[in-house]
Amino acid sequence: MAGRGMIRTMIRRATAACWIVMLGFGLAGGLTAGLAGGPASAQEAGSATASPDARAATGGAQTLEDILARQRGVAIDDRFRSEALGDRDRAAAAAEDLGTLGGLSDPEIWRALRYDRADVTVSARGPAEGVSAVIMQDGGMAWLAFRQGPLLRYGGWALVGMLAVLALFYLIRGRIRIDGAHTGRTILRFRAIERFAHWLLAGSFIVLALTGLVQLFGRVALIPLFGQAAFAPLAIAGKWLHNSVAWPFMAGLVMVTVMWIAHNIPARHDLKWIAVAGGLFKKGVHPPAKKFNAGQKLIFWAVVVLGLSIAVSGLSLLFPFRLPLFAATFGVINDLGLPQLLGFGELPVVLAPHVEMQLAQAWHGIVAFAFIAIIIAHVYIGSIGMEGAFDAMGSGEVDVQWAKEHHGLWYAEMTGAEGGAEPPAEGPGPKGGTGAKADGTQPA
Amino acid sequence: MKPMLLAFLATAVLAVLADFALDRAGFSVQEVTAGPAVRLD
Repeated sequence: MAGRGMIRTMIRRATAACWIVMLGFGLAGGLTAGLAGGPASAQEAGSATASPDARAATGGAQTLEDILARQRGVAIDDRFRSEALGDRDRAAAAAEDLGTLGGLSDPEIWRALRYDRADVTVSARGPAEGVSAVIMQDGGMAWLAFRQGPLLRYGGWALVGMLAVLALFYLIRGRIRIDGAHTGRTILRFRAIERFAHWLLAGSFIVLALTGLVQLFGRVALIPLFGQAAFAPLAIAGKWLHNSVAWPFMAGLVMVTVMWIAHNIPARHDLKWIAVAGGLFKKGVHPPAKKFNAGQKLIFWAVVVLGLSIAVSGLSLLFPFRLPLFAATFGVINDLGLPQLLGFGELPVVLAPHVEMQLAQAWHGIVAFAFIAIIIAHVYIGSIGMEGAFDAMGSGEVDVQWAKEHHGLWYAEMTGAEGGAEPPAEGPGPKGGTGAKADGTQPA
Repeated sequence: MKPMLLAFLATAVLAVLADFALDRAGFSVQEVTAGPAVRLD
């Protein structure tokens, strides 16, 4: 009973950790509303917070009520500002007052810049049409607030939460050992090309994760520790690594997807694996599994989906303004009726170039935290969490007893033995592999 | 362990090659953003 209670406690704690990770996904919705909807609604529509009479008292300018409403994040009808841009046709002559400004006052010119209505000519060449001519846009404040606030806070706690859950799991369950005795005989689990692809993806992911965290946490965590002078070269090197190592990451992602996708199609026996949580919480439980068990399939699909999402948003950031993603994506989501179903209005399908970049960066960060949290769990179970697991990706060879316990159906396919988990072997056998190859062929 | 070490080596080589290739292909920040009045070389 005590063991069952402990398992229930573990499951509750694991669920809590999952919620932390899911919170990261949930932020996406809020972010979308904040970045895409926020500035647009503030400028274009919304509830008026000050009556025209109240504004008359300020000469048509903002009232304290307007300013406080904006600070509370309430959308205000600010057409009284956005449309007060002067009239060049009624401009004063050059020699008269305001003549040198083309008939406009300073506030009118600044408002035109502020609302992106000014006819601007710039000498810089933007990577896409119209980008350089945007002198001022206020989506950046929502992006900055999100990046320094929820992304950093919830993302950081998601990682800490995952580490805490794993530490607790290790303290309670300890290392998952082979139930039977080592046979001393091994079987090839992953071919050299599979291991190469895995480590190409894994090595580049670790570099990307660390350099990404350095960029995000630098201001709040590293500069106070090392100072700006020491952080600057670290940030520059980290940026170069992040931008450049993205390419081997994408190459590794393509390789593992192509090589392993057929092995990761969900199957009926995965339900049995899930029903007993893979036997992770109880000794001697070995549910059926082929080359990849249900847990590994979940990791695989998480890597594919999150990897694709982070790669696409990363490409959008690597080639600024050339690969806008979100307006088109929002259009598709609107067509599916999802926002309407959840009670939100339609997502904006016309986004300023800079808002596209802000969304890409924020989404990149959200996906990254979910990805890192999942991979921390993967690294744990593939190293200290399970005896013999690292061998599969290290030497490629695993002990026969390990293969029987953790991938019984796969072992049976490879060797022609009966499927399913088998009882522990009686004792160590002769040293050396079984000769079975991972592609299922038998030695001549 | 050889595939692992080779993969790490490949990561470094691909990263350097990607940076070099993108720079040569005209994707450096200065080439993308500088106006015609700016002399880059």
